[in-house]
Amino acid sequence: MAQLTQKERMKIPRQDMPVQTPEDRVQNFSEVALGYTLELARLEAERCLQCKDPHCMEGCPVEVRIPEFIQAVRDGDMAEAVKIMKSKNNLPAICGRVCPQEVQCESRCILGKKGEPVAIGRIERFVGDYELANKTLEMSKGAPTGKKVAVCGSGPAGLTCAVDLARMGHEVTIFESLHTPGGVLVYGIPEFRLPKESVIKAEIETAAKALSINILTDYIIGRTLTIDELQAQYDAIFLGTGAGLPMFMRIPGINFNGVMSANEFLTRCNLMKGYRFPDFDTPVKVGKRVAVIGAGNVAMDAARSSLRLQSLLAKANGKEKSDSEVHIVYRRSSEEVPARLEEVHHAKEEGVIFDFLTNPVEILGDEKSAVRAMRCIRMELGEPDQSGRRSPVAIKGSEFDMEVDQVIFALGTSPNPLVFNNAGDLQRSKWGTVVADKDNGRTTVKGIWAGGDVVTGAATVISAMGAGKRAAADIDGYLKGQFEW
Amino acid sequence: MFGPEKGALFCSTRCMNPLFFTASQLDFIAEAGAKRSIYHEETGMYRILEKQVLSDVTKLMVVEAPQVARKARAGQFIIVLMHDQGERIPLTIADYDKAAGTITLIFQEVGKSTKEMGTMNVGDSFRHVVGPLGHPTDIENYGEVICVGGGVGIAPVYPIARELKEAGNRVTSIIGARTKELLLWEDKMRAVSDELIVTTDDGSHGRKDLVTVPLKEILDSRPGRIKKIWAIGPAIMMKFVATTTKPYGVPTIVSLNTIMVDGTGMCGGCRVVLDDGAQFVCVDGPEFDAHKVDWNNLLSRLAFYRPEEQAATERYQKDHECKLDRAIANGVK
Repeated sequence: MAQLTQKERMKIPRQDMPVQTPEDRVQNFSEVALGYTLELARLEAERCLQCKDPHCMEGCPVEVRIPEFIQAVRDGDMAEAVKIMKSKNNLPAICGRVCPQEVQCESRCILGKKGEPVAIGRIERFVGDYELANKTLEMSKGAPTGKKVAVCGSGPAGLTCAVDLARMGHEVTIFESLHTPGGVLVYGIPEFRLPKESVIKAEIETAAKALSINILTDYIIGRTLTIDELQAQYDAIFLGTGAGLPMFMRIPGINFNGVMSANEFLTRCNLMKGYRFPDFDTPVKVGKRVAVIGAGNVAMDAARSSLRLQSLLAKANGKEKSDSEVHIVYRRSSEEVPARLEEVHHAKEEGVIFDFLTNPVEILGDEKSAVRAMRCIRMELGEPDQSGRRSPVAIKGSEFDMEVDQVIFALGTSPNPLVFNNAGDLQRSKWGTVVADKDNGRTTVKGIWAGGDVVTGAATVISAMGAGKRAAADIDGYLKGQFEW
Repeated sequence: MFGPEKGALFCSTRCMNPLFFTASQLDFIAEAGAKRSIYHEETGMYRILEKQVLSDVTKLMVVEAPQVARKARAGQFIIVLMHDQGERIPLTIADYDKAAGTITLIFQEVGKSTKEMGTMNVGDSFRHVVGPLGHPTDIENYGEVICVGGGVGIAPVYPIARELKEAGNRVTSIIGARTKELLLWEDKMRAVSDELIVTTDDGSHGRKDLVTVPLKEILDSRPGRIKKIWAIGPAIMMKFVATTTKPYGVPTIVSLNTIMVDGTGMCGGCRVVLDDGAQFVCVDGPEFDAHKVDWNNLLSRLAFYRPEEQAATERYQKDHECKLDRAIANGVK
């Protein structure tokens, strides 16, 4: 493409990604967004103004050199784009799919002031997918340092930390409690948003092989091995064990059959492939009228998975269309929804019903101890609370019963206390999270670093990756004798 | 922190099983790394070394799992996965051998997965074995105690009885099953008990009674002497043990085997309702105060996936029979 003027660039509209239609995609668990073609990626890259003083990078927790990689894509030099990307971000195919770009890099894009920002996330995904398919960049292990590092957890924080440390020449072993590496990327985020084989397994496998990272599955820290045992064996330990413990509301009726955590529902679907029961042995149930409590990404994932299961069930029963319903029940208004914009948009397109300013107060069961309804109360927004959001207040006397046969709680998670059996003086907050320095990940115990959800509580993939990266840099400096503890 | 110079620590003076290992003893992690790290060489480490058919539907397997065996204690459980399409199955550890690096599992073939597991043989490997999970049994010298095991529940009650006996307790054990065929480990239980009572529902062996009958007799005939009771078996048996012992005020511990997915506290599917709120069987249990458990809720939760289990089992059996038919047909040709 000939050199465009800035004015011409600004006239190019933001390029949409091809997607499966809502009608099609609720019938399957395949990926919704199909990704840019090279032509689309280059056209979108043409929109970037290549600012002299770019702000997009400030919005990225791992400081990807955004204008540079976009320039390389624009030039059609994909190998160069991959090289620039991977100098900061080892998992672009994952980040391009799950980062909330609208509040990060894209929120800082100058084009967004008047029109729509450059679709940085979509181009990033294209770069990541290109590399998975073409393998242009040979990742290599740094000169051996002779130092051994144990990384606990193979989610975004642990993986990022492990890959960086291996590239710096350290010998890295990852301990994963489940039977498959990937953490929340595997058990939490559905296939239709983040393909398990072609993306996650491929990314992890490539890195682990190239960098000789040992990944030991079936090791539960706190049970199979304890932190003090690791201390005796390794020069440094990174804890990226996430926040795996589900929270339930303290309301009557949460133990009726049909009430479950989003963690259980999604783990059955994603990790255990329950949507392919009985070809896979783990079943997953879906109701005719499902209520998902909460409005974060996990809630959207649970709601959209429910829709798909309902369609598959209808098909199996010889019906053309599912006559079932899925509701998102949220105590605040549409303004405060914490989920990623694209997920809310997709959920609405697919037919999820949103009940805002509604809060459950009791779950009602039938004579067989199964859920038959959920008693809710209407809410209104009051004064802003500490988080700056207007806090919801119940409207007296506004209770009503919602007929449902499945209730899925997606209210957030907290760190698993199991990890901390025999963990010495490792200090934790009253919420159970590990106390760690936000700049370098150091905990209160010498030689132990931590990052990701185990420190912050449930947050985003990219913020966990950022923490893993910062910890890796500090661990490297410490092991090479450059930094004091 | 500890190092080689400090030596291994032991969980108590009477138990010589090292709880913590010195650095040199931890070399197995490196070995395991070379052997099992996924994406490198995939050798099945969880090999079946021994298989015993205890009855038509009850099998025993000794499985190689050194990282589990070195930490295992009575009362804990593991999760096994047969293959990549399999489900995570929680099974109580029936026995373990730290030196040999093995654990013993006993299971009853009830659904698709356990039936399939029953077809595995010596030399086959489990894809995954995870553990040990849950809290170990509180073993101490209580004085006089009773261990009740029902059916396949006799297996997990055995190491508890053995350790209670080793700790100096006077152990009376009651084991029972529907019929003689389903009784197991009578000799092993006798060896670790001061007194053993055997019952069957149909009277084909031992007393023709439910386990709760001799249990009540002992509580009546030795007032105030029984300090603690353990009961492991089908949920309905544990419920009736709880009802039987409650009026006597004797602390009664049951080991619950609820529906689980991960077994590490992540899914919450295993939650059980107690008098003072809900708890997770996988991390807070598996042992609980029998008198606090909401048994009706437990029983209804256990039945939640029954339709799916039945469908899967029927499909598996049909498939199995088809294969058999084909094999026979091919053989005839």
